[in-house]
Amino acid sequence: MNSQPPAASTETSYGEAIRAGFVHLLSSHREVFAIGQGLWSPWYVGNSMTDLDKLFGKARVIDTPVSELACTGAAVGAALCGYRPIVIHPRMDFMVLAADQIINQAAKWHHMLGGQAIAPVTIRAIINRGGEQGAQHSQALHAWFAHIPGLRVVMPSSVADARDLLVASVLCDDPVLYIDDRWLYERKAVLPAVSERPLAAEGPRVVRSGTDITLVGAGYSSWLCEQAAEILAAEGLDAEVIDVRVLNPFDPAVILASVSRTGRLCVVDGGWRNAGWAGEVIASVAEALDPRQLKSSPRRITLPNAPAPTSRMLEADYYIDAGHVAAAARTMLAARETAS
Amino acid sequence: MSHRHWQSELAGLADPAQYTAPLVIEAAQGTRLMGLLRSMLVIRHTEDQIGQLVVAGLARTPCHLGIGQEAVAVGVATQLRTTDRVFGNHRSHAHFLALGGTPTSLIAEVLGKASGTSRGMGGSMHLFGREFGFHGSVPIVGATIPIATGAALAAKLDGGDSVAVAFFGDGATEEGVFHESMNLAAVHDLPVLFVCENNLFSSHLDIELRQPSDRISRYAEAHRVRSLTVDGNDLLAVEAAANALITGIRQGAGPALLEAVTYRFRGHVGPNEDIDVGVHRRMADVSAWKRRCPIKRLSEGLLAAGIVSGDELAALEREVVAKITDAVTLARRADYPDPSALHDLVYACRP
Ligand SMILES: Cc1ncc(C[n+]2csc(CCOP(=O)(O)OP(=O)(O)O)c2C)c(N)n1
Ligand SMILES: [Mg+2]
Repeated sequence: MNSQPPAASTETSYGEAIRAGFVHLLSSHREVFAIGQGLWSPWYVGNSMTDLDKLFGKARVIDTPVSELACTGAAVGAALCGYRPIVIHPRMDFMVLAADQIINQAAKWHHMLGGQAIAPVTIRAIINRGGEQGAQHSQALHAWFAHIPGLRVVMPSSVADARDLLVASVLCDDPVLYIDDRWLYERKAVLPAVSERPLAAEGPRVVRSGTDITLVGAGYSSWLCEQAAEILAAEGLDAEVIDVRVLNPFDPAVILASVSRTGRLCVVDGGWRNAGWAGEVIASVAEALDPRQLKSSPRRITLPNAPAPTSRMLEADYYIDAGHVAAAARTMLAARETAS
Repeated sequence: MSHRHWQSELAGLADPAQYTAPLVIEAAQGTRLMGLLRSMLVIRHTEDQIGQLVVAGLARTPCHLGIGQEAVAVGVATQLRTTDRVFGNHRSHAHFLALGGTPTSLIAEVLGKASGTSRGMGGSMHLFGREFGFHGSVPIVGATIPIATGAALAAKLDGGDSVAVAFFGDGATEEGVFHESMNLAAVHDLPVLFVCENNLFSSHLDIELRQPSDRISRYAEAHRVRSLTVDGNDLLAVEAAANALITGIRQGAGPALLEAVTYRFRGHVGPNEDIDVGVHRRMADVSAWKRRCPIKRLSEGLLAAGIVSGDELAALEREVVAKITDAVTLARRADYPDPSALHDLVYACRP
């Protein structure tokens, strides 16, 4: 059906790419269905699922009562019985109500039942923040979920990954938490032809090579790293950018190889600092690398340890932008100048 | 479109063509009801102006307007004391104002100002006013239902006759915690009133697409909780039902549910009518419900009973609008919170 790539050189947005992933999955895999709040609404999930109910029918694209726990559990149950459901949480904060089914159930059944049960469910959580939405409508809880063995966690940053990691998640036999970010929806790129790749083979990827410093991000923060690298390049500083893509299970090999060359690591995380994901990346590098390979202390840029405020003045202080990342990198590189 | 098990049990209550007549008013109630009309007008115009602030780009925080639903908050509030514990949801401007919150502190909060009712830290969806019994509103659907149940537990432990109240919508009854809370309240005889503002919609979805019946009070029956279902656009009906249920709760009869059937004139969020957004939301319905407007029916009742003249009503409305216009001016002039609030308010205990 609609899974052909668009004509060469026309750009696709991240939001449209997610939709292209759904179109591919629903057209070529009968066992796929989508369930969640807002699926019959033209505006609930941005442009990422527009009219899928009209294309594929309301039996396979299911809008639901306000029942996150039951809908997620129902998706897990259908997955145990041969389907590959995608349950959509239009906002990650609301998914917290479904935590039992994700953490205690989906993530555990394969292991605790001796490998006999599989729950190939994809849980799509959308990070949606800013705009004075406040503490309960802003959270990026990827670190929380990446803590759970048995639950794969992916965060697409590029337009192609928005589609292809969704496809890989759904075709994977494990439960996967796929986290996209409304701040990425207008990111644009030329979308190559869709390919079905095993999720287990996916992991961190160098998206820009450089020699002076390694910038690491996931999802939106990876895009910030790419923007910061542009800013730094204009100043003659050469940053390497790694998009982590898969937070759990986490394979730090690509990051280790990069930092052993650049000697500098800065991790950018849209989540909180304490017990957060950036700390995990830095710890993985610190324990594997000879300290003499580090030219400066690793650094993390995270949200402050505070709930999201509403007032625009406080919001402006709260969120990270590419300028903050570039400034941190500059400081780390300035240490080089004084040292040499 | 609706599913095979659908059955409307609300009959006329869900039909905007019915219950449109002016309220029948006793002369002795005139002065008191003029006060309640004023309260409803304050809510209507405060929300209308908040809507205009959204259109002007001055208010950015998501604003869920309850225009058309004012009688529920005002009717229940008449039965409450400042020592009671009331909790709201994402659509709580009316609850806050009906209990005694000022338009200035609400509008300042919506604008994210330090003089706002949550000191500019909450915005429209997180309101607070303990001096008049409003213990908080939050936008996680269903979240304050168990919290009000806990406030009722505290009231029971206190040993007085305070009650707790949770305001929520029909959508919230689809969360498991609503049922857990009703059961808990029932088995422990907790003094809590669950107020469901059944406006027949949860964001874009008609209740027909979400539940097998439109009558929420059936859940109370299942949990053996006393309940009443009333026309939520009839101030007197809401007040009488709230009185009956709250009196019982204060006397130790245990929890109760009040279902008030109503309709929002505006979209789920923001000031537009949003007829394109709902699966079953048509302009004809919105127009029909406007003819069942709770303010219109009370005003017409007061006119018919000779309690007020048309000129006096117009003067009252002008006075209210002027007051709220002043409130907007004050709120716009106020300062934003100090940046230190971001860190200083994370914990109550500081080293
Ligand atoms: C746990 C949770 N799920 C979903 C939402 C998104 N949401 C916000 S308001 C709302 C509609 C709730 O409908 P109802 O309870 O009937 O209240 P109404 O908006 O009609 O006043 C939804 C689904 C949310 N805020 N929290
Ligand atoms: Mg509703």
